Amino acid sequence: MILFERFKAGLARTREATLDKLRNLLGLSRWDAAEYEQLEEILISADIGYDTTQQLLKTLMETAGANEIGANLSPGERLRLELNRLLDGDGASPHRFSAAPWVILLVGVNGSGKTTTVGKLAYYFFQQGKRSAVAAADTFRAAAIEQLEVWAGRGRARVIRQAQGADPAAVVFDAYNSVKARGEDVLIVDTAGRLQAKQNLMEELAKIRRVLNRLDASAPHEALLVLDATTGQNGLSQAAGFLRSASITGLIVTKLDGTARGGIVVPIRRQLELPIAFIGLGEAVDDLQPFDAKVYVDALLAI
Amino acid sequence: MLDELTEKFERFVRNLKGQGKLSEANVRDTVREVRRILLEADVSLPAAKSFIDAVTTKALGQQVLTSITPGQQMVKVIYDELAQFLGGASEPVRFGKSPSPILLVGLNGVGKTTTTAKLALYLRKKGRKPLMAAGDVRRPAAAEQLEILGKQLGIPVVRGESSPIKIFEKGYEFARREGLDCILVDTAGRQHIDDELMQELSELQAFVKPPETLLVVDGMTGQDAVKSAQAFSARLEITGLILTKLDGDARGGAALSVRYITGKPIKFIGVGEKTADLEAFHPDRLAGRILGMGDIVGLVEKAQSVVDAEAAEKAAKKLLKREFTLEDFKEQIIQLKKMGPLDSLLAMIPGMKGAMKGIKIDEREMKVVVAIIDSMTPQERRSPRIIDGSRRKRIARGSGTSVQQINRLLNQFEQMQKMMKRFGKRGAPPLGLPRMPF
Repeated sequence: MILFERFKAGLARTREATLDKLRNLLGLSRWDAAEYEQLEEILISADIGYDTTQQLLKTLMETAGANEIGANLSPGERLRLELNRLLDGDGASPHRFSAAPWVILLVGVNGSGKTTTVGKLAYYFFQQGKRSAVAAADTFRAAAIEQLEVWAGRGRARVIRQAQGADPAAVVFDAYNSVKARGEDVLIVDTAGRLQAKQNLMEELAKIRRVLNRLDASAPHEALLVLDATTGQNGLSQAAGFLRSASITGLIVTKLDGTARGGIVVPIRRQLELPIAFIGLGEAVDDLQPFDAKVYVDALLAI
Repeated sequence: MLDELTEKFERFVRNLKGQGKLSEANVRDTVREVRRILLEADVSLPAAKSFIDAVTTKALGQQVLTSITPGQQMVKVIYDELAQFLGGASEPVRFGKSPSPILLVGLNGVGKTTTTAKLALYLRKKGRKPLMAAGDVRRPAAAEQLEILGKQLGIPVVRGESSPIKIFEKGYEFARREGLDCILVDTAGRQHIDDELMQELSELQAFVKPPETLLVVDGMTGQDAVKSAQAFSARLEITGLILTKLDGDARGGAALSVRYITGKPIKFIGVGEKTADLEAFHPDRLAGRILGMGDIVGLVEKAQSVVDAEAAEKAAKKLLKREFTLEDFKEQIIQLKKMGPLDSLLAMIPGMKGAMKGIKIDEREMKVVVAIIDSMTPQERRSPRIIDGSRRKRIARGSGTSVQQINRLLNQFEQMQKMMKRFGKRGAPPLGLPRMPF
């Protein structure tokens, strides 16, 4: 599987020693304190976070003693099952396209890869025979619209734009009406990067939502947080912040082609119950793939 | 910045207070707590381990002082060690023969292009004549982005060649011709495992031979900070670090990680989206912030850089003599706004962070006050007493507000004047500002 290979390639290039340690650990039939300690380090190094790591360790230690069925499995297998259980039910939400246009709002902090993801997402729909248009609602960053036009072109999507500095909500309003008139299937809204702690900027997102809501009571049909896989524990605060102000429905994790494992999605899934819709694995337009928990966990553990 | 880390330390200091002696168990419990705090703050495992070892050794070897409590003593050990870990005194940018090149490198999306413009502006304020070279030939519109930023700042930009080396050559010629003394080279972001791109970068460095190569690191990075910093310093001669996006609520533990791996000084931190939002890095202040001591020095510096000292003094005198008018009041609000978002400003004051939690400073309210004052005639601004009912209606219409809002502002302004007058009579300077009308 392509995803699996690329994801693994990143890990393989980090350090063979770490990888050997991990393989060795997962192959053991029984773990003692030293092994659990090793596992703690591995999980923390993957950005799964201190609390979630402790929770996982506790679960594993408990099932090791009590559970008869669990006792038949090696600790590595139980870890795999537990991680799968934590991330279960994920994957690309079925794009039902029950409304026309189907509206997707993309949000995230600066530099997480929103504009790139717009192009990849449009291309994903293009391959399914759907026509996309993009609203250039990042009117703040210099040359953001020019960058978007290149990526939208790669994704075969039309761009609806206004000048830099225009009101993002007004751009979205025009874009919706234009897409509606032309009968295109999907409207993807690219927004300016913003840190979740910035109150006024977060209110701007709420305004975009309100405008869409007036045009179609069910829009936006999806609101996805674009999250950089190198993000540490702040990812949880990002997800919580964007959930509050933009009512996000899921995540897109980008830059998983590096060495970062993106483990922060585990606590995000656990605490906020937000599913992961897609993962981004490179700079080519077809590098976006629906999330698969099983494949992700295997790659995470380098199985 | 580093808010959550600071908060945690504060809580943990409270736990330590009231302990009688600095026992071994005491130290052990403390460092375990410190480890948890550091890991939650995204400090990488190896950096956290090394820091904890140092703290344990220091604390155990120490005499129990009678002048302070064991808690305070522990905090002091942690503070000193933290400051030392974060680096010595803040270091300036290194320059060589003019025009001196500065290379900016890093992963995709950390903020290199924005930081290039911020650093150019910073250096110009210090009297340099910078040129920016758009060496990112890969990301769509990266050169356009730098050019737009250059236009906004009035700093020249060279672009348009097919490789970063060619762009640098073009920039070098341009800088010599125009008498510019430094060239900031923006480069394409890359994953550090991309061999081909890392090779291109190391060739660029070999060609440019910059006295300063700055690794730009996203302040929200997790454990991966170690790996990318290792990879970049294995292929390149890194001379310094810039940490970005520290204006949010990221705990910024990456600062400790990259310092630990590279041993290079953190020279700047990015604290906002505006091109002026770059600050020289002060390890002592950062350590102070982490321990909840606030960043008063930073606040004062910020105020000095944007507020016209003479105008402020004049306003203060007027205030005491009760000549302070609505016009002056508006001036004060504008000065305050120049200092940046109010919430980030207040976070710099010790003790404010806890108190401010959950309180939203509505900057639009400030705009409303300015709009109201703008809708008054000069005479009304000087003597608000003449503002009767029909004038109030007119001002409300003009500023898009309601008569109630005008009433509230005028009432509060009057109370403020009264209070000022009392202070003026006593001859003592006012302790803190009275309640502002927003």
